[in-house]
Amino acid sequence: MAVQDIKFYQTGTFTVGNRLLGEHERSVQSDMRRTNSLNSGHRACQGCGEALGARYAIDAAMHATNDRVMAVNATGCLEVFSTPYPETSWQIPWIHSLFGNAAAVASGVAAAMRAKGRKDVRVIAQGGDGGTTDIGFGCLSGMFERNDDVLYICYDNEAYMNTGVQRSSATPPAARTATTMAVGDEPGNTFGTGKNVPVIAMAHYIPFVATASVANLRDLEDKVTRAMAIEGSRYIHIHVPCPLGWGSAPADTIKVARMAVESGLFPLFEAEQGEITARYKLRRRVPVEEYLKLQRRYAHLFGKNPDTETIARIQAIADKNIRMFGLE
Amino acid sequence: MLKQIEGSQAIAEAVALCRPQVICAYPITPQTHIVEGLGEMVKSGELEGCEFINVESEFAALSVAIGSSAAGVRSYTATASQGILYMAEAVYNASGLGLPIVMTIGNRAIGAPINIWNDHSDSMALRDAGWIQLYAETNQEAADLHIQAFRLAEELSVPVMVCVDGFILTHAYERVDIPTQADVDAYLPPFEPVQVLDVAQPVSMGAMVGPEAFFEVRYLQHHKQERALERIPALAKEFKERFGRDSGGLVRSYRCEDAETIVVALGSVNGTLKEAVDEMRERGEKVGSVAIVSFRPFPLDAVRDVLKGAKRVVVLEKCLAVGVGGIVSDDVRKALSGIALAGHTVIAGLGGRAITRTSLVEMLERATKDELKLLEFLDLRWDVIDRELAREKSARRAGPTAENILRDVGPVAARIG
Repeated sequence: MAVQDIKFYQTGTFTVGNRLLGEHERSVQSDMRRTNSLNSGHRACQGCGEALGARYAIDAAMHATNDRVMAVNATGCLEVFSTPYPETSWQIPWIHSLFGNAAAVASGVAAAMRAKGRKDVRVIAQGGDGGTTDIGFGCLSGMFERNDDVLYICYDNEAYMNTGVQRSSATPPAARTATTMAVGDEPGNTFGTGKNVPVIAMAHYIPFVATASVANLRDLEDKVTRAMAIEGSRYIHIHVPCPLGWGSAPADTIKVARMAVESGLFPLFEAEQGEITARYKLRRRVPVEEYLKLQRRYAHLFGKNPDTETIARIQAIADKNIRMFGLE
Repeated sequence: MLKQIEGSQAIAEAVALCRPQVICAYPITPQTHIVEGLGEMVKSGELEGCEFINVESEFAALSVAIGSSAAGVRSYTATASQGILYMAEAVYNASGLGLPIVMTIGNRAIGAPINIWNDHSDSMALRDAGWIQLYAETNQEAADLHIQAFRLAEELSVPVMVCVDGFILTHAYERVDIPTQADVDAYLPPFEPVQVLDVAQPVSMGAMVGPEAFFEVRYLQHHKQERALERIPALAKEFKERFGRDSGGLVRSYRCEDAETIVVALGSVNGTLKEAVDEMRERGEKVGSVAIVSFRPFPLDAVRDVLKGAKRVVVLEKCLAVGVGGIVSDDVRKALSGIALAGHTVIAGLGGRAITRTSLVEMLERATKDELKLLEFLDLRWDVIDRELAREKSARRAGPTAENILRDVGPVAARIG
């Protein structure tokens, strides 16, 4: 009798339903004891990828440290929507200082914990892509090279959303922002600009670097959990769609995030001491067009006369990622 | 213990006696020797329980201190000149958050033109940032002020800058009495923060504050400084009782009792000034001087008390508010509100230009004869100024000013001043 392997759709991922897993393998969010570190009631927009990513990341970190996490937040959406005082969503010790110094302030908090002999208390710094890849980049690099005991989490929504969707060095080519308008000969953001901070983080040879996506929250939890088990400087770069800035439907946040991953535009990988140790192999590769079409920031590429040349250039970026990170 | 010691090293030893738990260091002349000294003490184990962090910028230096102070440990850093400007945003942030960080400023000019020598432009640029600013006259006072600064900072939960003239003090070898650890411990209790990041009692710090509360938060910073006006003399008194010498306080007057002419100044120039005062007194001129130790908070009443009997006041300033003249002068005039006496601003010593006793005596002679203008520039070379102005008039592309003047002046590195 011919035997055919049964192929479950979710094999090889962490998105399997919790009920099918052993108790110790279930997600943090499914745990009755989850800390809700970023509690409900905050002011994030509908479908905010950053709020989702932060909740999963911080709860996972709390779970991994016996609830001993302190967070330092850069100025930005996450800071503003979470602390409209006298209300705060944070159930953990939390400090916001400035836009560009979250990594350094976190270094200070970590140093204070060392001075106090509190090895059990762990420090997380977090910010958006502007606070991380642009204005906070100097402090971030300093924190990395000193190998300070901090996990830095960048919630990357690919522009300055808090100030009204301006370009950052994480804004992808052709994307329309308030400072890269969809006008002129090369509408949207310029090709050949921007930087890959996860790769730059790897170049510091820090103990752990990972990219993650709100499209794969179990993977995100897992990466945060493993990061918290490591001492020294760690970096997790989470792709978080912004419905407001990207012009995507709030209900499509996960879908958009998944398209970014499955198209190869946002590679999921992890690295230890500068060496890539794991990557997410694309399961159902999609052309970038499917990803771009969901977002009004790319609307100028479509319509009656689609800009096939620009779409092809973006596809080439995805193809290069797939080769470079070995995603197939 | 009496030591013949470099100013920076004396400061480092005083800071170490305060048992700091986090020190963040970034090199900038003329402050660098201080953190070098502390770094060695931490690495050798002489200063225990302290984390010494080599950061990548001054902005990071103060940011690390913000983090460590918020996490409840005694935190210290030092900077100067461009460094304090580079961290300016964090300077405001530290005071806004009410974090009792102590920071030494090795006072130095601000460029361009780049200049490593002493004046007060750097700390003056951040005078309204909500930090207490204390100016040391001698290296003994520089060392002592740090011990008082930690006490003051932590009592009021406000950051304190101890301003020390670059090179003139930081690099000068003087006799300094370094206190004992037991005395410093008795004077400075362990840091008990009013707010702290603590996993046992989570709080949010640094929240967004709108028009409904920002004004009150800012006012309370002012209120803290008003309280400091009472605490600074009290702490100086207590310091004297324990350590046996006068250091700190709000203002210190010299031969002012019957003085008709009083010069007001900050920092090390008061030493030279006292000698000039003595020389004038020997000639029978009724001259005195006042050192302002606490520039923020500005001791309006104390300044008024010491100046009110004089006929004229001269404010000798190591900084220039370009476009108006003096900075300290404005505050002195505020103190003299309603009192009619002649006031003069003398800008001196910018970029390390030496302020000599001879020049001060000449200036005082002119002051006593009422020959001083409202705004004067001590030992400014007008011939150089006239030549450059003529050059600028003669050709549109006159070239860069600083370089033109350096060519005129010639190689002078060996005879600065």
